[in-house]
Amino acid sequence: MMGRDIPSVTLTSDSEPFFAASTQGTFSIPACDDCGKTHWYPRPLCPHCFGERINWKPASGRGRIHTFSVMRRVPQPYAVAYVELAEGPLMLTNLVDCDLDAIRIDQPVELVFKPNADGLNVPMFRPA
Amino acid sequence: MNATDQAHIAGIYEHPTRHAPDKSVAQLHAEAAKGALADAGLSKDDIDGYFCAGDAPGLGPLSMLEYMNLKVRHLDSTDTGGSSYLIHVAHAAQAIAAGKCTIALVTLAGRPRSTKTPERVHPDQPDAAWEKLFGVATVNAYAMSAMRHMHLYGTTPAQLAWVKVAASHHAQHNPNAMLRDVVTVEDVLRSPMIADPLHRLDCCVVSDGGGALIVTRPEIARSLARPVVAVRGTGEAAKHLGGGTFDLTVSGAAVSGPIAFAEAGITPADIKYASIYDSFTITVVIQLEDLGFCAKGDGGRFVADGNLIAGVGRLPFNTDGGGLCNNHPANRGGMTKIIEAVRQLRSEAHPAVQVANCDLALVQGTGGRLGTRHGSATLILERQ
Repeated sequence: MMGRDIPSVTLTSDSEPFFAASTQGTFSIPACDDCGKTHWYPRPLCPHCFGERINWKPASGRGRIHTFSVMRRVPQPYAVAYVELAEGPLMLTNLVDCDLDAIRIDQPVELVFKPNADGLNVPMFRPA
Repeated sequence: MNATDQAHIAGIYEHPTRHAPDKSVAQLHAEAAKGALADAGLSKDDIDGYFCAGDAPGLGPLSMLEYMNLKVRHLDSTDTGGSSYLIHVAHAAQAIAAGKCTIALVTLAGRPRSTKTPERVHPDQPDAAWEKLFGVATVNAYAMSAMRHMHLYGTTPAQLAWVKVAASHHAQHNPNAMLRDVVTVEDVLRSPMIADPLHRLDCCVVSDGGGALIVTRPEIARSLARPVVAVRGTGEAAKHLGGGTFDLTVSGAAVSGPIAFAEAGITPADIKYASIYDSFTITVVIQLEDLGFCAKGDGGRFVADGNLIAGVGRLPFNTDGGGLCNNHPANRGGMTKIIEAVRQLRSEAHPAVQVANCDLALVQGTGGRLGTRHGSATLILERQ
């Protein structure tokens, strides 16, 4: 079940590398070679140490629902969520391909790419 | 002597309009300024400092200073959403203490009810793409904080509803309030679900309107006709998502609150009345915990059973009806929070909700979104 059309967005040099990879089918997240930490959303200067050696690491696409909310008073109800990625950071996303009334915090989820209006692969999650 | 011992709030004005299709935003700012000056017993030529935020049209203070034809020697357009006006009081106190100005004007106005302009986020805003793609709006961002709070602490929708119930008990006495009907917990829970777990009645109103303040030196405030209200403590903070590690059940009040209490040299137990930013019911619960009125996680139990109702509970809050029932001009509620706290300290609140011997009040603002990033500010005000 797809709840909602995914809009166009204007990318910047900060967000382009993620979507260049995702649209090739790779889910990768930024990690800093100076401090070793991952972060989200992606930035070319590490938000932990200001290091500039950002290395895009393929990620497992596994995670757990940290929190969520189902938007009800719209033509196509949809679920926003923060998913805690197995690699560490909390990532804002949508929960899709699921019963919106059966979502639970701590539920395991896995990545699924959904195309937006411009054909970008957008990272979303479904029950694992 | 710290900066805040040198500033008093000498004038307040809440614009009575809740729907202003025939007035410009600039006019509402000017009418609010005129009202606050009249309240203080001052004239426009007395103003030498001006404070405004993102609701001021055009190039903020430049456009508004020209429109009102004010000549000032200090200006500040700090914008932290709905909490901006609390920060303006703090910064005005600092500027007055530093000798940069002596009579500061703060204004707010907006017409979101008349114009219904959709929120537009510039693509250069670094979080823009990462939120637009997923349909994050104000209500579901707050809802994710509420959902996490319920999961961690057992907070219930009925406990959240008590915040709205208390606000409605106060709004029945405010002839200007948009929603004056007293509601019950069941009314809140039966209202349409907007974004789980927030119902329509967990959400604040959308209103046109405005307000203004005059902040000045104590000796000037004492020379005027109005009761004297001192700024005793101030704190400010920004809470955000860091690099992807955060606790959505904690607000910036956990930082701004202790700073303000320490500056004032008092504790939450000393507070007789609190204006608490109420964009949504969950906003109140989380801020009360972070300010130390109860332990983290106990906010739901704290607000239940009428504990926020004047004359009933331990901590009367938002006795004008707040954003949940009275108004939320420009989608920014900080100004009206300050104004109602000053009314309480002056003993000018409605008699049905006036707190007896109200000598110390707290004002707490949260602007932006609990579920993403927000500005927080805390003021502690004292009747002299």
